Amino acid sequence: MSDLKQELKEKIITQLNLEDIAIEEIADNDPLFGDGLGLDSIDALELIVMLDKDYGIKLTDPKEGKKIFESIEVMAKYIAEHRTK
Amino acid sequence: MEKVYINSIGSISAQKTFDNNDFLEEITPYEDTVISAIEPNYKDFIPPAAARRMAKGIKMGVVASKIALEEAHLTDIDAIITGTGMGCVRDSEKFVTAILDNNEQFLTPTSFIQSTHNTVAGQIALGIGCKGYNFTYVHSSISFESALMDALMQLECREAENILVGGVDESGEHTNAIHKLIKHIKPEKVHSNKLLHSNTVGAVFGEGANFFVLSNNKQEFSYAQVLDVKTYNTLAKPELMAVLKAFLKENELSEADIDVLISGNNGDIDYDDYYLDLTNGPFKNTQQVYYKHLSGEFNTASAFGFWLGAKILKTQHTPSAITLNTFRANKIESILLYNQYRGKNHSFTLLRRC
Repeated sequence: MSDLKQELKEKIITQLNLEDIAIEEIADNDPLFGDGLGLDSIDALELIVMLDKDYGIKLTDPKEGKKIFESIEVMAKYIAEHRTK
Repeated sequence: MEKVYINSIGSISAQKTFDNNDFLEEITPYEDTVISAIEPNYKDFIPPAAARRMAKGIKMGVVASKIALEEAHLTDIDAIITGTGMGCVRDSEKFVTAILDNNEQFLTPTSFIQSTHNTVAGQIALGIGCKGYNFTYVHSSISFESALMDALMQLECREAENILVGGVDESGEHTNAIHKLIKHIKPEKVHSNKLLHSNTVGAVFGEGANFFVLSNNKQEFSYAQVLDVKTYNTLAKPELMAVLKAFLKENELSEADIDVLISGNNGDIDYDDYYLDLTNGPFKNTQQVYYKHLSGEFNTASAFGFWLGAKILKTQHTPSAITLNTFRANKIESILLYNQYRGKNHSFTLLRRC
């Protein structure tokens, strides 16, 4: 699980071009949206595509994303339970 | 009709031009087939959260426009008009590559959103909260001149007072590879000093963003007056002289009234003849300068020539790195810019000291 969290942090930094943020600066329970990392709706779409492409998880209801992308902790748990890749 | 002035400038090019206090005091020489823009520290101009989705062309355009607005002491503007030949080509390449690599699946939105040609003008407007006229001309190597023409007409007719006009193009890896394949880019590396003597086909490609605040209000810090601009998509070589004469006549000028000719030579043996007709013909005894050995060739490279003209008129100084012949005008009052690319999309632009 900790490997997956590390992997997710790396992917988020690279794919969302968060070049000023280091992996160590993202805590497992930091909110990804709003006051935390400050991600926005375009980032949410990027994350939905990432789930599909890298982990074989298709989100049919975009509202699900709100819960799944709450933090690295929540995201990693969801991926671990639902991944097909 | 109102007169139109260049009130400020902002340039990012393959030379260190983003500091308006400098005027090519330090030249960066190159020996390559493609040269890149020297970038300022973008963080000094764009908040990191806004910059993270911007490709190089957008950053260059946004920063060049900020420099121009700051120099003009303006925080808002009546209109934003840009010219670009290839638009945000890096994000276009990224998006198309993703389509191919992922078999039309898993397409992410960012590169698609940022790949449109009017992204730069849009981002500038978003940055300063400008809800005015926002237009982008995509007309190959007369893209900048088309933007300029639009601004001139609006300012001459007093439809606007201050307009931000600019030309921006970024270099894309895949696009350059294709241009190399079809020999639009020179096959061999050429030193900047030897560009016009390369005797080979193609050009050394470059990139850059050059922005200007044009206004019908002359300020004490104004650079020059823009007299006129005219473009021609096609122009056979035998017609060039007649067209030039007519253009000058429309502005009540003749060749003898031009103090400096800014020529867009790019060292392409197949198409530099157009320029040679002017430099060896009616402007043989006129001071001549060139610039594509410093900026590289790109669809809006002529905006760098425009930047050069504005600087020369304001400072009355011609840096030695751009001289094409030995003539020196005592006083520089009128400048003619001539540009074309591969024998097409010709433009004449007239600037006057103010």
